[in-house]
This record gives sequence, C-alpha cells and structure tokens, in this order.
Amino acid sequence: MTGEQRMPVRLVVNGAEYRVEVPSRRLLSDALRYDVGLTGTHVGCEHGVCGACTVLLDGAPVRSCLLLAATVDGQDVTTVEGLAGPDGTPHPVQQAFKECHGLQCGFCTPGFLTTIAAFLEEHPEPSEDEAREAVAGNLCRCTGYQNIVASVLRASQIRRELRREGVS
Amino acid sequence: MKPSAFVYHRPESLDEALEVLAEVGADGKVLAGGQSLLPILNMRLAAPGHLVDVNRLTDLAYVRAEPDGVRVGALARHAAVERNEPAARVQPLLRQALRLVAHPTIRNRGTTVGSLAHADPSGEMTAVLAVLGGQVTLACTTGRRDVVAADFFVGPLESAVAPGELAVEAFFPSAPPGSGTAFVEVARRHGDYAVCGVAAAVAPSDGQDVDRDGAGRSVDVRLGYVSMGPTPAVARLAGVAPDGPGGAPGSWAGIAGDAIAGLDPEDDIHATAEYRLHLARVLTARALAAAWSSSGVTTSGVAA
Repeated sequence: MTGEQRMPVRLVVNGAEYRVEVPSRRLLSDALRYDVGLTGTHVGCEHGVCGACTVLLDGAPVRSCLLLAATVDGQDVTTVEGLAGPDGTPHPVQQAFKECHGLQCGFCTPGFLTTIAAFLEEHPEPSEDEAREAVAGNLCRCTGYQNIVASVLRASQIRRELRREGVS
Repeated sequence: MKPSAFVYHRPESLDEALEVLAEVGADGKVLAGGQSLLPILNMRLAAPGHLVDVNRLTDLAYVRAEPDGVRVGALARHAAVERNEPAARVQPLLRQALRLVAHPTIRNRGTTVGSLAHADPSGEMTAVLAVLGGQVTLACTTGRRDVVAADFFVGPLESAVAPGELAVEAFFPSAPPGSGTAFVEVARRHGDYAVCGVAAAVAPSDGQDVDRDGAGRSVDVRLGYVSMGPTPAVARLAGVAPDGPGGAPGSWAGIAGDAIAGLDPEDDIHATAEYRLHLARVLTARALAAAWSSSGVTTSGVAA
C-alpha cells in the first residue's frame, strides 16, 4: 500500500454531524453507506444515469455518485432516512408511494422519494405532465412509472390535506 | 465503478487554485460540477493524478446580465443560470437551451462553464456559445486570455484550455433588438444527449426597414448544431427571407437546405449520418420558425 491520500470530512446528514476520514476518491454515495452507515441511499449505475443515489444537498436533489465526499465537506445532506418525521411518521411522499403502490422491489425508491420531496417543495400542485417530467431523471425497472406518477400527485394532495389540518 | 486514486486539492481562493494548477500541469484536472468528469472517473476512462476542486471559489458562482451580454462565472450551476430572469431577458437562448441539458438533478450541480470546458459536441451549451459568438476567459498564474468560441472548441472533448489554466468565465452576447432565438432537439429519451440539436438566432438585417406586415422581411440567421460534427458547427446566412409566413417551418425549407449544406456528421450507434442530416434539415426549419415567432420580426412589425 503506497499510502493513498485520505481526507477528513465533516458531513451533516439529516441534521446529525459525522466526522469521517475517507480516501479522497470516496464518492458521497459510498461515504454515506460505508462511513456514515446509512444504507438507505442505493447505488445503481454509478455514473449519474439511474438516479437511485439521489440525495438532497442543501435541499436540492443531486446524484451522490457524482460527488466526492470531500467536496461536500461541511454541507447539509438529506438522505431518504431523513424524510420521515422524528416519530417515524412517513413523509407525504412515502405515504403516497404506499397508498398508490409506487414501489415494488424498492431499489430505485430512495432516489424517487428524495427527488419528489424536493420537487413538491417548489411545485406544490403539479399537473400530471409536470409530475412525469419531475421523475424523468430516475429509472425504475419493475414497478412501472404509472404508479409512481400517481404517487407524486397523491403526495401533493396529502401535503395539502396536512396543511389544512395544520399538521405541518 | 469507482475512480482510481488521485491527489485531491481544494483551494480556497482563485490565486491558490491557479498556483496548484500550474504545479500539477497536464496531470491535473479541474473539478467543478463534476457531472461529466465524475462519470469519466468512475468508469476509469480517465485517471488524472491530481484533482483540483474549485467548489470553494464561491466568488465565481455569479451570473451577471449586462446590456452587452451575460457573464457566467466558473462555479455558476446550470440551474442558477436557467433561473436567472435578467439573463433570460438579455439572452433568451440560455434558458431555452438549459431546459434541455440532462435532467434538473444534473443541472443542480453541473456548471455551464464546466460543460463548455468539457467541449462535448453533443452538449447544448457548446452550440449556444458557438452560435452566439461568445467567448471564454482563461486564467493562469501569469495572466488571462479571452478565447472566442470559434477558437475555443478544438475537437471532440477538447477545448483551448491549456494545462495550468482555469476557465473562469463564459460570455454570451446579448440578443440584438428585434431578434429571436429558439433551441430544438431530438433525443432518443428525454434528457439524453441529442441525436441532433439546433440553436437558432434570427435578427433583422442591417439597414432593413421594418415592414408592418412582416412579409418578405429580410433577416440574418445564425444556426448552431449539436451532435453534428467534432465541434459545434455554425452556419450563418445573411439577408434571407422566409418564402411564406415566418412562423411556419415550411417557409424556411429552402434556407434550411442551404444552412445544412456544410454539415458532415458521422454514423454512430445512435444514428446514421444520413438520419442526422435529415433531422438537421427538419429541425433547422422548425428552429427558425420558432425563433422568428419569438422575435420582433413578426407581423406586429416592432423591432424595438
């Protein structure tokens, strides 16, 4: 071993701080899974095509396989584990996926959930076309997109219902 | 699908970045958004010895819309350029093209200047810089130089950025009064690289009187092509007029034929050269009609 360069990295994941030391070539996706121990972020293609590894960086969806852990030192990362409420109440998007059968095998689901959660923050009441466009960058190979698009629309509805009830 | 080992540098200032780049020379690669670089590293198509991460140079995250054009700093993400209202007013082609760059998630991270430096002839922004006759500012420890688009794209994935240099800013000239722009493309799947794409700019010919009904109105057209050669090809036709209503693609068929005469695309796994030329012909007419419709060169006859 020739002593590959390692970097100290401070990650704030779902509000909790993690200080890790990783090889400088460590991808954020791998840092989350191996170094932080949060395996909810799934790794599919590892070249930015499938969207399974999507996490939120300072609130915006990004591919964690196309980021070095060292690059995001000090920034806020939200993974799928950070979507549910502190008491375990599912996020509206998670609830909608459950109701609409938006997942079958579940491999691609974490990337869809994070992408859609951020999308609805900016577009609270999307049309069906907008919902379809919102998930265009994520691949699903078994559930089928019909139920996923339905889940986006249902999640929007749940958000509105919660607002009305004054829950969130 | 993991990068091979490299030495990672994370400069905190432009000066520091340029010093590191000078030190590592040809063995160094700049990391900004990384949306093209990281796939290449992950697939080990490239294995630079040094990676110089410029993500801390937040002074370069600007988008400045000025009367003469839009200046985009090295760290401005595609999403920031796309959402910038003043930039969209000064040069509408920016937003029109950026909406077709990959997917929103990629645009959240990828940088416009980075995609220019990557010089992929399948990239929308390379064609935008080329068709507008923009330029890129390159900095190194000994100074700066501006390189015009025609000289900036050297070959496929090869730009004029020399070892030790950092592309610090791209400049996209403003749309002249009365002009119009459009960007159209055909991709196998939404968000994929285009099999063929066309950026069009239509402007009133110099000295031309404004004709209230717009018929026979003479315009200068510029067209930039995506995926139609080793570098973004540009065609310019001066003093042409559509042979019918300017908003109808059919009126531009003859001009489209002239515009694509100089294109020499290649066959690849996505499309034959013949099909690409067919697309270029059809998309050129559509882009010109759309650009005409968005311009002041319409039946309202107002060229500001």
